[in-house]
Amino acid sequence: MKFLCVECDQQMAFAERQLPGDGTLAATFKCPKCGRVVAMLTNPMETQLVSSMGVEIGGRTVPSEPFEMVRANVVTGGPAWSADAQERLSRVPSFVRGMVKKIYADYAKERGIPEITPAIMDTARAELGLEGM
Amino acid sequence: MRTYHQLTDPDRSGLADQIGAQRKRVAERLAGVRRIVAVMSGKGGVGKSYVTAHLGRGFARAGRSVGVLDADLNGPTIPGLLQVAQNAESPAIGIDGVKCISMGQFLDDGAPLAFKGPSAESFVWRGAMEASALREFLGDVEWGDLDVLLLDLPPGMQRYIELCDILGNPPAVLTVTIPTPESRDAVRRAMRAAVERGSALLGIVENMVGGELRGTAGDDLAKEFGVPVLARVPWHPTPDTWNQLAAAL
Repeated sequence: MKFLCVECDQQMAFAERQLPGDGTLAATFKCPKCGRVVAMLTNPMETQLVSSMGVEIGGRTVPSEPFEMVRANVVTGGPAWSADAQERLSRVPSFVRGMVKKIYADYAKERGIPEITPAIMDTARAELGLEGM
Repeated sequence: MRTYHQLTDPDRSGLADQIGAQRKRVAERLAGVRRIVAVMSGKGGVGKSYVTAHLGRGFARAGRSVGVLDADLNGPTIPGLLQVAQNAESPAIGIDGVKCISMGQFLDDGAPLAFKGPSAESFVWRGAMEASALREFLGDVEWGDLDVLLLDLPPGMQRYIELCDILGNPPAVLTVTIPTPESRDAVRRAMRAAVERGSALLGIVENMVGGELRGTAGDDLAKEFGVPVLARVPWHPTPDTWNQLAAAL
């Protein structure tokens, strides 16, 4: 999108971008001739649409990181699982594995534990009475 | 009053340049890939991912370096088929040394693909978000030199169209069907769309042959589009089935 100062017949230049934190975006554009400033305000849906294209109004200040959009926008939850813990979880019968994983994840989340290890699983089993899981 | 295209001053946002940089990134990343093959169907449940994963293994057993990009973002199955651990680094190294990238590596076990953002009218931006995820899979994975990159597409045509837009050139297409007339009719539409987009049709894999599924979809489509049936995959294929398919490609 571009902005035209109709009175001056001049293309307005991007001046500033603000992200208030409520999902909206404000970007100001200034006429290089008369100095008039207009603000473009987008609602959360419109802001998300721009974000989903992987572009930034006002230009990028730093190069994009690998999987930047996926890592920033895909919903994940819960703590990380160590390789050993993953291996141990894989031995749980598949029809209850999701439920068991959620129990451990909720346990870690409630206690601020960033990574689930076999030791954490043992502690959780003892505290929650999950013998056999 | 001047119109959009008459305003030609450079602007700081440079949105067109940012889009251009994204495409350049994809092109540079895929420069070391000799061949890209999209495995598609147009019909769900015909075994595209199964064929893709085992074809990849067939290539790998023949000494080819091969990668699989799981473009089924909402139903990723490639990690399971290639026995890749959840949260594995990208590209993950699967069975037989097949490299892969999948949304399954980013999601919690069993969790559906969901994006952060306003829930109201999410249909407006969700498609663009999925296309961006596909672009990142194409542009951000350090595949290295590959003989072949297989793209496992979900049912329908949307991901194929996004793929064509991101790649700039339509990829060659390997089509998977099951024998039934219903599958033939659905796959025909997808093949026509691929032809209209300019994709080369490599041939047809008829899957789930020899069981209860009756029909001649593979032969019908091969005749109609002038392409070979590259494999007829039985319900219990052996590694030779996939080795021969890889050799035929």
